[in-house]
Amino acid sequence: MMGDIFSYLYQFADVFAFLILSAAGLAIVFGMMGIINMAHGEFIMCGAYVTVGLVHVGFPLIAAQLCGAIVAGLIGVLIEVVIVRRFYKRPEDSLLATWGLSLMVTQGTLLVIGSTVTGIGTPPGSFTVGEYSFSTYRMVLFGASIAVLAFIYFVFMRTKFGVMARATMQDATTARALGVKISWIYAITFGLGAGLAGLCGGLYAPTMSLIPTMGSTFVVESFVTVVVGGANVLMGTAPAGVLLAIIRTTLNAWHGQIVGQIGLLIAVILVIRVLPDGITGWMNRHMR
Amino acid sequence: MLKLLNGPHTFGSGPVFWAGFVVVLALVLAYPLVATPYDVGNFAYFFIWLFMALGLCLMWGYGGIMSFGQTFFFGLAGYGYGVIAINLGGRGFTTFEALGLAVLLSGAAAAILGYFMIWGRVGGVFFGIVTLASSLVLAFFLGQTAGPEWKIGRARLNGFNGMKGMKALNIPWGDHTLVFDGAALYFLMVALVVIVYLALRMLVNSRFGNVIVAIRENEQRAELLGYDVRKYRLATFCIGSALAGLSGALYTAWGQFITPASVGLPAAAMPIVWVSFSGRRELTATLIGTFVFLYAYQLITVYSQQSALVLTGLLLLLAVMFVPEGFVVGLAKLARMPWRKGSATQLSLQPGE
Repeated sequence: MMGDIFSYLYQFADVFAFLILSAAGLAIVFGMMGIINMAHGEFIMCGAYVTVGLVHVGFPLIAAQLCGAIVAGLIGVLIEVVIVRRFYKRPEDSLLATWGLSLMVTQGTLLVIGSTVTGIGTPPGSFTVGEYSFSTYRMVLFGASIAVLAFIYFVFMRTKFGVMARATMQDATTARALGVKISWIYAITFGLGAGLAGLCGGLYAPTMSLIPTMGSTFVVESFVTVVVGGANVLMGTAPAGVLLAIIRTTLNAWHGQIVGQIGLLIAVILVIRVLPDGITGWMNRHMR
Repeated sequence: MLKLLNGPHTFGSGPVFWAGFVVVLALVLAYPLVATPYDVGNFAYFFIWLFMALGLCLMWGYGGIMSFGQTFFFGLAGYGYGVIAINLGGRGFTTFEALGLAVLLSGAAAAILGYFMIWGRVGGVFFGIVTLASSLVLAFFLGQTAGPEWKIGRARLNGFNGMKGMKALNIPWGDHTLVFDGAALYFLMVALVVIVYLALRMLVNSRFGNVIVAIRENEQRAELLGYDVRKYRLATFCIGSALAGLSGALYTAWGQFITPASVGLPAAAMPIVWVSFSGRRELTATLIGTFVFLYAYQLITVYSQQSALVLTGLLLLLAVMFVPEGFVVGLAKLARMPWRKGSATQLSLQPGE
């Protein structure tokens, strides 16, 4: 009995971590600039490849994962400066531009690196509750998702950058008039989003096979979480993660992964009918 | 009716344009006389995709509805045609019934999905990613249907290997059966392309077209003028998606098979690329550009599919960065073609007459 309850919670934590880690980077960029980075999956792939590559040359796993996040973040800043910046006034076109980039990166990786890379294997370690045995690494991932949310809270609520970023989000023109360098806020936010995507890739790299199209494994979940959550990461994405993880865990237990994913999609379609601005919009209406 | 063929929302109105149209049509009809059967089949294959491209052009370029998941409707109708044709047996007129029902199926799916998004007032960016998510989920679902338990009537879905065994389009012809393959299929496709192209021209130049363009330009203003924006949006979305469905059903009928790869990534990006490359606000440009793109894409794919996709991504990036109106429209402007009169890019708002 104890084991069954824990098993449900464990699966909930696993799904929650997946949703939050894959969506956090996307949500930050959406919240700040109102655009969706269609190359999000490729930043995840980039983080995963860097992590695995560094582990192969002897880095400890955690250091490799952090490097994966940093590399993805730096590439993100570069992409923002070279490409995304041109589309401030045409947010819809920025989706097309990043989608073009995504196609180039996925297929380019296939051409250059090939279809598979030797993986590194999930770190061993398990614990037992009741009669079931659970993987420790999955719990580490859950801890990481909480840590990411805490990190976002810290950056946006407790630093000078956070104040400027929130000001830009609220009213970019006024923020600029008050001396905030809008373009750098955008570049850093985009880099932060890409870095979190890279971290997600690094964290999941040991658990899945590395293929250039691996980003697409994450995109449905990340899109869906951002749509349900709305523009605010802490007040939208996090509760959306809880809601969707409950739905998904229940459906998975009932009839398997694919029913869980279809259920997620249907939930989103129903939610947007009622809450067009996601949970963020609902919070804004009811919490003030 | 016929005077709606020309109007403020489409390229070309003068005798020069229509003379050109007739010449091109004559050349297209004469093509099977000089080409090998392989090339004729190949051209019929290119024509399949034009419906999806024209539908997206209508939705996105004229109606301002950005759908990234047109392959959802393509796949639904493609699989729908297979399931219905297999179960009806494929004799008599059943294959054409299957074609019609498959197109209706994708139109109905668009009505349901569209209702939730449009009545929920979901804006541009989210509309795109929710439709894309739908496509990807459909592709994942179809990908795991390999087992024998996944069948509808007599039709096995077959997972990644795809569904096969449905009949090609055919009708009874006297004592024989006229099967639409080779040149017969080619002429059927040409007829459908011409009908859809002319019908869409009339649609966008009609009162309906004026309203959807007005909504694209300024939703609030259109609403204040008394139009129920949601109904027009939904109708546009259904028409565009039914056209994607027509492509899907014809695709399955053409090759007698369909796989989940036609639904997922990178297939879902393709309609977006064709329309962006060609010029999303121009039906004629979309028609020409999509055909040219498909032809060139196939030439490169023969050597390396990955390179073709890298170039496709690059083309999309370059198009939105430097020629957001589309390469075909851009070229037409550069060349100062005589039929440039009344181009879609100099549109003014025209509330219903």
